[in-house]
Amino acid sequence: MAGAATAKPDCLAAKDLLGIEPLSRDEIQLVLETADTLSDVARHPIKKVPALRGRTMVNLFYEASTRTRTSFELAAVRLSADVVNISVQTSSVVKGETLLDTARTLEAMSVDFIVMRHGSSGAPHTLARNLKASVINAGDGQHEHPTQALLDLYTVRQKLGGIEGKTITLVGDILHSRVARSNLIAFTKMGAKVRFCGPPTLLSDDFSTLGAEVHHDLKTALAGADVIYVLRLQFERHRMGLMPSVKAYTQRYAITPERVKWAKSDALIMHPGPMNRGVEIAHEVADAPRSVIVDQVANGVAVRMAVLYLLEAGRTKRAAAAGGAS
Amino acid sequence: MSAGGNGRATAPGGILIRRGRVIDPASGVDGEMDVKIENGKVAQTGANLDPGGCSVVEAKGLVVAPGFVDIHVHLREPGQEGEETIATGTRAAALGGVTALVAMPNTVPPLDTPAMIAYVLSRAAQDGVVRVYPAGCISHERKGEVMADLAGLREAGAVVFTDDGNSVMNALLVRRAMTNARLLATPYAEHAEDEHLVDAGVMHEGRVSLKLGLAGRSTLAEDVIVARDLILAEAAGAHLHVMHVTSKRSLEMIREAKARKVTVTCEATPHHLVLTDEAVGEFDTAAKVYPPLRSEEHRRALVAGVKDGTVDAIVSDHAPHGPLEKEVEFAQAATGMVGLETMLPLVLEVLVRPGEIGLPDLVRLLSTSPARILRLPGGTLAPGSPADLSIFDPEAAWTVDPRTMASKSRNTPFAGRKVRGRVVHTIVAGRPVVRDGALV
Amino acid sequence: MASRGPVPAMDATAIDRALVRIAHEIVERNPDHLNDLVLIGIPKRGDNLARRIAASIGKNAGIAVPVGVLDITMYRDDIGSRASIPKPSDLPGSIDGKTVVLVDDVLFTGRSVRAALDAVVDFGRPRSVQLAVLVDRGHREFPIRADYAGKNLPTPSGANVKVELSETDGRDQVLLEEAP
Repeated sequence: MAGAATAKPDCLAAKDLLGIEPLSRDEIQLVLETADTLSDVARHPIKKVPALRGRTMVNLFYEASTRTRTSFELAAVRLSADVVNISVQTSSVVKGETLLDTARTLEAMSVDFIVMRHGSSGAPHTLARNLKASVINAGDGQHEHPTQALLDLYTVRQKLGGIEGKTITLVGDILHSRVARSNLIAFTKMGAKVRFCGPPTLLSDDFSTLGAEVHHDLKTALAGADVIYVLRLQFERHRMGLMPSVKAYTQRYAITPERVKWAKSDALIMHPGPMNRGVEIAHEVADAPRSVIVDQVANGVAVRMAVLYLLEAGRTKRAAAAGGAS
Repeated sequence: MSAGGNGRATAPGGILIRRGRVIDPASGVDGEMDVKIENGKVAQTGANLDPGGCSVVEAKGLVVAPGFVDIHVHLREPGQEGEETIATGTRAAALGGVTALVAMPNTVPPLDTPAMIAYVLSRAAQDGVVRVYPAGCISHERKGEVMADLAGLREAGAVVFTDDGNSVMNALLVRRAMTNARLLATPYAEHAEDEHLVDAGVMHEGRVSLKLGLAGRSTLAEDVIVARDLILAEAAGAHLHVMHVTSKRSLEMIREAKARKVTVTCEATPHHLVLTDEAVGEFDTAAKVYPPLRSEEHRRALVAGVKDGTVDAIVSDHAPHGPLEKEVEFAQAATGMVGLETMLPLVLEVLVRPGEIGLPDLVRLLSTSPARILRLPGGTLAPGSPADLSIFDPEAAWTVDPRTMASKSRNTPFAGRKVRGRVVHTIVAGRPVVRDGALV
Repeated sequence: MASRGPVPAMDATAIDRALVRIAHEIVERNPDHLNDLVLIGIPKRGDNLARRIAASIGKNAGIAVPVGVLDITMYRDDIGSRASIPKPSDLPGSIDGKTVVLVDDVLFTGRSVRAALDAVVDFGRPRSVQLAVLVDRGHREFPIRADYAGKNLPTPSGANVKVELSETDGRDQVLLEEAP
């Protein structure tokens, strides 16, 4: 089909959103542009559009997260979908229902979308393979958190006018961060330069094989950066011997007002939340004018609406093609 | 020793296998000739033999080799009969050209007492269609704490000692077990992965594990155990057999130890020779195995190790698992893949066809050497040897379809793969077990 | 098996005359509400038509009628089956109590207008909603009718009616392509 290859997509090609990795640059651009329109809905007198009316979305969270879950819930209801929340308590002692059994139960209830957060990398992939429903990865183990990367892209685009050619430096526990991995893929795909900075035990040099610039010195990592992206410090790492001590970390890597100056004068401050104020990020930095942490949250709803809408558009399109002309 | 058998009568007058390419490295034979089998033994080999009263098997265009001896197989009986039994596992073996196999002792309960060894032998005599030799545990309950009754295990019929599935972490226990093993003229076999260094890893530690956000198992974990065991084996004068070696560094150490005449042997699996960590793809649990599939650098070193003789034997490490154990999150999934029925075509693909080794070397790796390592009967077609034969067509094209496998389990990353090389006839103790590619 | 190819059903002059007539009719039929008229066009040609009608009303009746754009992508019953990415709507202020005239290029099954009505009521509570279209080609699947139609063009349902405007397509014409 002549010209088909160059046609811009009008929906997401895959049934699921399991990561940023499978998305094309055009698809990412589509999500961002659609989010522009959908962010407007929050300003209408009726903060709803009927696009997903009659559809059911299940929040299947094996790890607690009020912020992400609420964001997805708002996104769904603004599109007129119905939402069911399932918080699964997992412990190694109480096995409970297997992932596959959960999937089959949800399938039997004709659910359309499943937003899943799980502690094991690849868990949403196992679910998606066995379900007709669309699975959205809200964070799997240490692997990916695609909607976070999309809303981060959206925020940078909104505040800096574009992503191409920008330098973004992520600081913290990169090794265990799915946000870092997704952002590396996302920002690189959109033409930005990604730098990672952290202690050697939390950031091995192997990360350069994935396309990031690896730094262990904060000053060189921040030099000329357009965005300082601060990752949450997880205190358990200290007990495992991966971090000498919280103090040793903050001495070298905490983002303070003085260190912010090492980056560009108008550099953005970002954080996926929740913040440990005073630890990885100073109070003044979190609340500074250049901090767009609050915008990230607001943009999260619009971006998630866009993802839901575009997945639905893809489903409808495939169903129409399969069922013949309407 | 166990005899594979199910009471079927030997073909009256024996069998004459005609005009096949007979490859028997133990006798230095490689050429077109006939093989005559009588009374469960190889009676005669040579050109234009008189069939006498024998039934004739035409083998023109086929390779006639001593039956493969797979010294690393998990039969899952007793305890996990849902995944595989001695009956189904030995049938899968026969389809793969394997006429004798060593059953690993990590069953439920494990093979850590003479009674359990006797149990497996008796079950195999009733249900098995190929020869089954049990391995005995090094430690009681495979816990790596208290040594098992190695002498008792040997006497009951164990042919090798191993805690396969885990390394013995206590070096003093290793030293003592090796000393005993030497006294019992039995090899000590190690699954080399340091329990602490693997750090809850679920695949090879490398670029792919980093990208997928999965905890990694470094080759360092294999190297430190191999290094330790080489030192201890040399000191004890014991025969160390390193199971499923995968690391470049470990191969170097084994090569160097062999040069210094340390009694060490090692084995490699087809999946480690053919696949890399990339096979995990989108969290495909069929590719989850310990030791894990390594990066290309290590895979190439392993192929080189086979080529230069550092690797002595090729084994399947056949590890059946049901869907309940595999269709879960990658980190939770059981490890291992079935392999008896795909072993031959895969090693032909990665070693013989590209010219790394010839067919005689292949037969040596699959049959002659493994038999020699564990001092098992077989592995040769010299007259007087047991009539265990694997007769295969190295060019036959087929597609791997788990649904048609004899194994009870279907867990393989090779499903759908187009391969070449298939077993046509398998003969055990002079009785055909597989004829024209199907179980008799 | 020669298909005839698209045939012009209206040329630039005919379109212009039709829009002027619609503009007159709107004024004539809303004598008491000329100051709360709002023209809302449905992209991607309805909005340009709305602007032209507003300009005509301005010229002939001296009334500046506000014009808005209403994106109905989110309200369709077939999202994904057409290639359209939602764009923000742009309404000139509140529509509460206003006399809204929806403007579209072609009225066919009526589904687009149904979606537009759903969208309009989500934005506010107009006093009344009327519909102006350049071409009415019949084959309604919903009980929708045009208050103002530039041209009635009965067509077989398999045929294709395409409106081209200089703002979007470089020239003004209405093309009718017979079904193969």
